[in-house]
Amino acid sequence: MIIGLDVGGTHTDVVLLGKNGIERAVKVPTDESDLFNTVLTGIEKITANIDSSTIKRLVLSTTLITNTVVQNKLPEVGMIVSSGPGIDPEYYRTNRFYYSVSGSIDHRGREIEPIDRNEIEKIAWDLKKEGIRYVGVVGKFSVRNPSHEQNIARILGNFFDKIFTGHRISGNLNFPRRIATTHINAAVYPIHKSFFDAVKKSLEKKGLNVPIDILKADGGTMSLDSSSDFPGHAIFSGPAASAMGAMPFAPDNEDCIVLDIGGTTTDIALLINHVPVLNPVGISLGGFKTLIRSLETHSIAVGGDSAITLDNHNKLKIGPQRMGPAMVYGGSVPTITDALVVLGKVKDCSRDKSYSGIESLALKTGDSTMETASNIFDQACNMILSEIRDMIFRINSKPVYTIHEFMEGYKLSPKKILLIGGPAPYFARRIEDLSEFRIGVVPRWNVANAIGAAIARTTCEVTLFADTEQGFTVSVEEGFKEKVATDFSMIDAVKMASALLMEKAVKRGADASDLEMEVIESLQLNMVKGFCTTGRNIRVRVQVKPGLIYGYDSIADMLTE
Amino acid sequence: MKLSAKNKTGLVFFPAFDWAISPTHPEREERLLYTQDQVFEEGLLDIEGIEEFRPELVTVEDVQRVHFCVPDVHKVMTESHFISAGCAKTIGKAVLDKKVARGFSLARPPGHHAMRVVHGARGFCNVNIEAIMIEYLRREYNIRKVAVVDTDCHHGDGTQDIYWHDPDTLFISVHQDGRTLYPGSGFPYELGGPNAVATTINIPLPPFTSDEGFLFTIKNVVMPILDDFKPEIIINSAGQDNHFSDPITQMNFSAQGYAALTSILKPDIAVLEGGYSIEGALPYVNLGIILAMAGIDYSRVKEPCYDPDKYRQTPDITMNIEKTGETILSYWQNRDKISERIRDKKDFDERKRSIYYDTDNIREQQKETVKICPDCAGALKIDSTSDRGTHLLAVHIPLRACEKCRDLGYIWYHSAEQNIYDMVFLQDRTEDKYLKQTG
Ligand SMILES: [Zn+2]
Ligand SMILES: [Zn+2]
Repeated sequence: MIIGLDVGGTHTDVVLLGKNGIERAVKVPTDESDLFNTVLTGIEKITANIDSSTIKRLVLSTTLITNTVVQNKLPEVGMIVSSGPGIDPEYYRTNRFYYSVSGSIDHRGREIEPIDRNEIEKIAWDLKKEGIRYVGVVGKFSVRNPSHEQNIARILGNFFDKIFTGHRISGNLNFPRRIATTHINAAVYPIHKSFFDAVKKSLEKKGLNVPIDILKADGGTMSLDSSSDFPGHAIFSGPAASAMGAMPFAPDNEDCIVLDIGGTTTDIALLINHVPVLNPVGISLGGFKTLIRSLETHSIAVGGDSAITLDNHNKLKIGPQRMGPAMVYGGSVPTITDALVVLGKVKDCSRDKSYSGIESLALKTGDSTMETASNIFDQACNMILSEIRDMIFRINSKPVYTIHEFMEGYKLSPKKILLIGGPAPYFARRIEDLSEFRIGVVPRWNVANAIGAAIARTTCEVTLFADTEQGFTVSVEEGFKEKVATDFSMIDAVKMASALLMEKAVKRGADASDLEMEVIESLQLNMVKGFCTTGRNIRVRVQVKPGLIYGYDSIADMLTE
Repeated sequence: MKLSAKNKTGLVFFPAFDWAISPTHPEREERLLYTQDQVFEEGLLDIEGIEEFRPELVTVEDVQRVHFCVPDVHKVMTESHFISAGCAKTIGKAVLDKKVARGFSLARPPGHHAMRVVHGARGFCNVNIEAIMIEYLRREYNIRKVAVVDTDCHHGDGTQDIYWHDPDTLFISVHQDGRTLYPGSGFPYELGGPNAVATTINIPLPPFTSDEGFLFTIKNVVMPILDDFKPEIIINSAGQDNHFSDPITQMNFSAQGYAALTSILKPDIAVLEGGYSIEGALPYVNLGIILAMAGIDYSRVKEPCYDPDKYRQTPDITMNIEKTGETILSYWQNRDKISERIRDKKDFDERKRSIYYDTDNIREQQKETVKICPDCAGALKIDSTSDRGTHLLAVHIPLRACEKCRDLGYIWYHSAEQNIYDMVFLQDRTEDKYLKQTG
């Protein structure tokens, strides 16, 4: 059996999945100030009276990293950045101990200026004096040639507990994001490590010796061990959990929107024929733009607990804040949930408190209380719908760089929305009425995200770059470099990248017999000097598709029966 | 410090990784690959105030507004040309819709050697992407006075040809001396037709001119003329083949020089033209231009191994450039007198030319007749024969044509002898109407 746990803003959902479906599901309140206790309580409740030897896997999706980053609670680390010519790297300063050093690599990975050993050693002594234990090292174009980052890391090696190098994060080009991401990884490392060490230890004490996997922003998992090099990848896994939870219920050969309506936010994700759409560069969160592979998701500040206020013209305003729970549950400010209570959609509770809350708004809007409640509800639905349309437009107007893509590029045109999250069933009918979409509510909508976490497969990607003129092929994230002959081709490159991907996926916890690999990018251009072709420039990117682990891909049938 | 653009800047990037004139031609798939790498690695598209747009295609009508395509638009354009011209159009719209303050279209193939009549490709160009954009903008946004400053190393003879008779378009080309480089034209005495004297300005620079000479010319010759002309928008045909590392030219311009040029010129719209040093120049020059357009510090942009001392121009070159500048400014200041002399009470003016399409190896003979008109740019007809055997008559009625010139255009079009011409074209810009009869 598998345990899936998803920490949400207000509730933490936990499910225990067996071959026959959900064996058990629990909800515990999330205590943001003590996530460790929240997670542990969740696991304790779900495993109570269960034979721990029957549990094979535990997948965690937490808000630990997201909160640390968004609230800017990152502890001090050292950052060493080697940029060469271009934009002044001072603009990308991440923290106090941020050093811009000599050394330069060009776009083809050629060394233009060497690094200066003395300069690095001097910085190392300074950082050591300050008590710094973790350092990030980032070079421009290090994904074309990581030697400067590697050499700097080697020089620092004896001084510090752990060094994070930029080239291992992603094969994507983007120096500022590489800096930001390396900084996040280095800075959240101690928090991530002590949290999961504690979780692991507590579980072992209870006799629960299962492999722990961590859900990533791209809807895949990584093993706890491999997460220590990339703790930042666990950021913002919540929307990924909901997308994975909805995935089994998506229509075949069709685009589909996943809408997770929560207490404070609504997350939107997209599936193309069951496969989630990924962000091409990396996730942006708060002010941070990163290279962390993630699903293309969009969050809006509309949820069941969004406070309803009036603007200067006495017009209804939804959110963006949550000012405590809904009035029906003892809050002091009316919310969307209160509107749903007044409209009779949420039943089995006392209507009085909600009614007086909405009534106080109605006195000023000049409409009746019922009308006001229905206006609030419609406004919330329309806000969500307009964000959905914007998001589809944005993705479809993404620039392309070849005539082929321009003429034949895929255009998203979803016709269906899958809803999950607490208030999902209340919204379904109205969103359908107000839009052109068909709506489906995912079975077990209230714990679908925890199910998604439980059955997500291990994912990763590999970028391979070959330059037959210079006679090498390299996948810097994997620390792979080999000489190649002049006849090295795209087919060879794909083969090589796939082998590296397989190796990487297994190392990160994947089942070798259950890898669905695909080429997501391939470009081959001749390089010409004078009027002769001197070589080929080949770029390939392959991935393990985000998807569901073998044996659980038919979970839809179990849940709907 | 936070990085953000002072001027909101739009980019359209279309490297056309699947299009080339031929596999080893300078205008090939690889050309913008390293520029793209540099733009991505520098994270330019993440900078607040820099926005990337997805290009749209131009329509057949957009092309007909500018060109007479022989035998028709689809025969001279491939998809890549529709996209490349579409990139310029997209940026032009973004600027005039005020989505951005400025814009830069980095697309291929280029266009500034394409003239009004198109039998095939010249100087790697089939259609004139700047002119297609400008005429679209004139139609949709009702702008009138436009300046095009062509800083490609080659004379922008196509743009010159299209605007030769248009007093509302100031065309300034700064280029390597035509006696030393393709297409062999662009001398100071080429000042435009009788209805548009001195709205064509040519500034040839000697080979081995460096940043100093270029920037001198921009500051002391180009800028004063622009200030006098007062265009509503300034377009820069931003060729990058003046670079010291360019394989097909002999100039010594650097990335810093290009960035400085851009910040002096302050173009509303820049459109990439040539530039064939795809590894050593383009990544750095484009970075410099984008930063300069956006008003972001570009002082640290530098080509690997660039040593300004090695590329400094000689005193001879400096003197030559200063003298050319004086000549051109005196033409500009005396433009009314020169105009009077050229018009000299004639009714019509004629010019005969032989035009070579080097890329497609076509030879064209043209006889052009323009009505000398005090009230408009003048009706224009072009009798053109190519050595592929096509004989055509092309009649152009300018956008703000007076009634007489419009009538004359229609008379020319309707009275063309069917047995002489294979085809007869009419471009009626006053009605945005494009007609064709075949013989
Ligand atoms: Zn050129
Ligand atoms: Zn007239």
